[in-house]
Amino acid sequence: MTISKFTRRAVVGLIAAAGIAAPAAAAEVDFSGKTIEWVIPFSETGGSAKWANFFAPLLSEELPGNPTVVVKFMPGAGSTKGANWFQEQEHEDGTLLFGSSGSTQFPYLLGDPRVRYEYNDWNAVMASGTGGVAYLNAEDGAKFDGSANALKDTDFIYGSQGATRLDLVPLLAWEMLGMNVEPVFGIKGRGDGRLMFERGEANIDYQTSSGYLKGSADMVEAGTAVPMMTWGALDADGNIVRDPTFPEIATFKEVCEATDGCETSGEAWDAWKAFFISGFPVQKLAFLPAGTPQDVIDTYTAAFEAVRSRPDFPEISSKRVGKYDVFVGEGAQTALGTATNVPDEAKAFVVTWLKEAYGVELK
Amino acid sequence: MFATALPALGDAWALILQPVVLGYLVLGVVMGLAVGVFPGLGGIAGLSLLLPFMFGMDPILGLALMIGMVAVVPTSDTFASVLMGIPGSSASQATVLDGFPMAKKGEAARALSAAFASSLFGGLVGASFLTIFILVARPIVLAFGLPEMLMITILGLSMVAILAGRIALKGLAAAGLGLMIGTIGEADAGGSLRMATYDIPYLTDGLKLVIVGLGIFAVPEIVSLLRQDRSIAKGASLGAGWFDGVKDWFANIWLSIRCSIIGVVVGVIPGLGGSVVDWIAYGHSVQTTKDKSNFGKGEVRGVIGPESSNNAKEGGGLVPTLLFGIPGSGSMAIFIGAVALLGSGDIEVGPGMLKNNLDITYSIVWLLALANVVGTIICIGASGGIAKLTTIKFTYLAPFLFMLISFAAFQSGQNFEDLLALFVIGLIGIFLRRFDWSRPAFLIGFVLSNPVEKFTNQAFQIASFRFRKSFEEGIDYIFSPIVIVLIIITLVSVVLGIRQAKAIMAEGDVQSGSKRAPLVFLLVIAGYLTFALINANMIPDYNMTDKVIPLVVGGFSLACCLILLFQMMRRPEGDSIFADKEIAGEDADAPYGLWSTLAWFAGLIAATWFVGFILALIGFLVAFFRVRAGAGWGKTLLLTACGIGFMCLMAGALNRDFPPGLLQGAVDLPWPLK
Repeated sequence: MTISKFTRRAVVGLIAAAGIAAPAAAAEVDFSGKTIEWVIPFSETGGSAKWANFFAPLLSEELPGNPTVVVKFMPGAGSTKGANWFQEQEHEDGTLLFGSSGSTQFPYLLGDPRVRYEYNDWNAVMASGTGGVAYLNAEDGAKFDGSANALKDTDFIYGSQGATRLDLVPLLAWEMLGMNVEPVFGIKGRGDGRLMFERGEANIDYQTSSGYLKGSADMVEAGTAVPMMTWGALDADGNIVRDPTFPEIATFKEVCEATDGCETSGEAWDAWKAFFISGFPVQKLAFLPAGTPQDVIDTYTAAFEAVRSRPDFPEISSKRVGKYDVFVGEGAQTALGTATNVPDEAKAFVVTWLKEAYGVELK
Repeated sequence: MFATALPALGDAWALILQPVVLGYLVLGVVMGLAVGVFPGLGGIAGLSLLLPFMFGMDPILGLALMIGMVAVVPTSDTFASVLMGIPGSSASQATVLDGFPMAKKGEAARALSAAFASSLFGGLVGASFLTIFILVARPIVLAFGLPEMLMITILGLSMVAILAGRIALKGLAAAGLGLMIGTIGEADAGGSLRMATYDIPYLTDGLKLVIVGLGIFAVPEIVSLLRQDRSIAKGASLGAGWFDGVKDWFANIWLSIRCSIIGVVVGVIPGLGGSVVDWIAYGHSVQTTKDKSNFGKGEVRGVIGPESSNNAKEGGGLVPTLLFGIPGSGSMAIFIGAVALLGSGDIEVGPGMLKNNLDITYSIVWLLALANVVGTIICIGASGGIAKLTTIKFTYLAPFLFMLISFAAFQSGQNFEDLLALFVIGLIGIFLRRFDWSRPAFLIGFVLSNPVEKFTNQAFQIASFRFRKSFEEGIDYIFSPIVIVLIIITLVSVVLGIRQAKAIMAEGDVQSGSKRAPLVFLLVIAGYLTFALINANMIPDYNMTDKVIPLVVGGFSLACCLILLFQMMRRPEGDSIFADKEIAGEDADAPYGLWSTLAWFAGLIAATWFVGFILALIGFLVAFFRVRAGAGWGKTLLLTACGIGFMCLMAGALNRDFPPGLLQGAVDLPWPLK
């Protein structure tokens, strides 16, 4: 089967080469013989690529007419380039899908000058999330008693991808706990951060759920790392509860409550929670462009719904994208709302904090 | 651990040696070779093509297919490096230095087969080494912290000393310029902009290696050959054949072994990737050769060294990938993602790999080696025939090369600006070549710019953190035994390199002439450096990490330029400092001028801006064959159709777009015109 698909595409290329363009007939929502392009504004190597590559073949099976779903990569400016491009696309025949991630959401929320896209113009059809776990090295982990009170005099080093990226969430959390964490910027990907921790150069780290299960859980088992807290998960009412993947690890909220001087209310907390929601429980979204008619949106919603309710979905997805909710249709739209409607005070707080703590100015 | 290793190795061979597995491997190799002809695309494009089929596939079959494809890319891109002087990927940069001059001498088949034999051998040495090493690799990989990585990067940078050329200052300034051009864009650490603005988003991401490699090496060579209107091989005759190349390799087998080991060891260290390996191997080849006078002019040892190391490096790169789940390169990152799609998803690349899947680990290591063997045999078999390309009149080859490099450049960022950047860097390359400023030194500087800056900043930050704890801890951290050994190797290599540099003339023997043209070029470079310095100095002080490297490197290069300026004013005309290829030699005697030749390429880019790539290409090819090559209408149309057909077939199969123009913005056109 692999060969036949390959040849088919090569032949399509040949036909096109001969100048005979395949006529495009669109009647009902039927994608027979069409190619759906799923544009990812990151490189082939990142987590979003993995996510889209996981869903693409499943989506192809469930869409009417079983179109080929190809994932296309348009990296640049930390996903801003691809998102700006998508903003200019209009609905044609429903063969264009776009995937965004927390790294697309954060610049939007922080008023990055390069952002020319508007989430509210787009149609979210699917959303999925993840969680995160912070952990300490064995020496400092011994001082951790469910609160950060004994960690306030320790100097921590953390390998970071940049304060304006998803790392904003852990950095702000540690700051709120009164810990002195110095980020070493410029690493590429959390895997490099974990390696820095394993080499003993960093003494605090965090991983997303899948990264933690894959690499860090072994260290915990071997006694070289001690889990500190998860960021938690959201329940139906929007409260932070324990992460279903790690029910035995306390959430940041619990640790904060136990730590002197850390408040689970007020502007710092509101800001942290807003960015946490945008970065983790609703981390990745799939969109159809502005102006897409309702029947096409419904077709995609039904297809993603069918993917989600495959009997083997919990099993295959937990290994590849983590054991977290996948929202479709209305649910995805609601998720988008929670992810992008951050109160202005929270935004202002984070912008000021970034400037004061790291000298980062988004101009 | 060793007790479990042997049965696992047996299991691995039992898995591999099934006919259907071997069949998939060969299929992967053939597809890899087909993709590998595109400079700059290589493994990433090929693997992305395979991804949709990996879901639920039998793991060993999927691995065979993917590894077959990845393994041959460093082998197949040798064709472009040797035949056309196009560095296909970072792994084959150094091969260009001696491989292409060999092709020009009519020894393309010899260079290719020597390269392939070395690749094959390197791959096998790498796999054997890994079979044992992978069991004990973990603590060794963890011993390489930031100071160690910084030192390896500096060792790579020290190769500039060997490749600096006749005037060492020019080489240093060229490397400095490369480093500075590498800092363009958003800084990794603090996000400050260097020589870029948010109004030109293209620049904020910095320039891509593919574009700089093509611009510095390929464009100047294509333009120069086109001006001379001859074939690549002088006199259009082929000298030594493929068997001589294999003999050459065998005569230098010890060099090949040493460079293979260099390849595996450097490849093992995560975060460095392939960018330094081939330079270190090239430097080693130069240092261990008695008669150095042929380097840069077609010395076969200059091909054997880097090629032995680059396939071995792929094996070494598996260690961080498999043991830590950290990809050593772009294609490895896709590989990790694809492995998770295989079968029932049980194979999880990462720390658990050795414990749970040692047989699969060994299968991967040896599939890689086997794919090398298959790929190399196909390549050696083809090299005699493909080498005939070098006897074709270049006027018929050049338009296709312009087509290929434009497409390759566009694939790196999918912006029209990619083409502009290729043209501008190409211009820099043309003048570096003309005035005998070391192009390899420039490229080393560019490639290592980001690692130097990153590792310096991070190591400095962690070191100061350790020093705050106690002085001893800081010293222990910076001067680990590995660092000390690397410092010694670097010093030795710099001292030897400076002594040898004068013998190695990468640009051949360049005549000198009047003062004006070299002086103007120097002033332009100095002007850029000054501007970049002022620009870096404007970054606020709290973002010190973003400005310190540009300031230091820029200041150093500017100092080199000023000394050169001083020397130029003092020395008489005709001194070797005023080297200029337009005074005498091939370029000066060429029947066509530089600017009229370059105008063809500029025309293709300008037309793309208006009507998009494919339409522009049709016009370009027709006009070129009719006007420049003087071909009849029949031949013109046939060649044009071949070019367009090939382009569409490859892009269609790889699902790639072409650069759109203003026309495409106004009207909707079907693929491939869109």
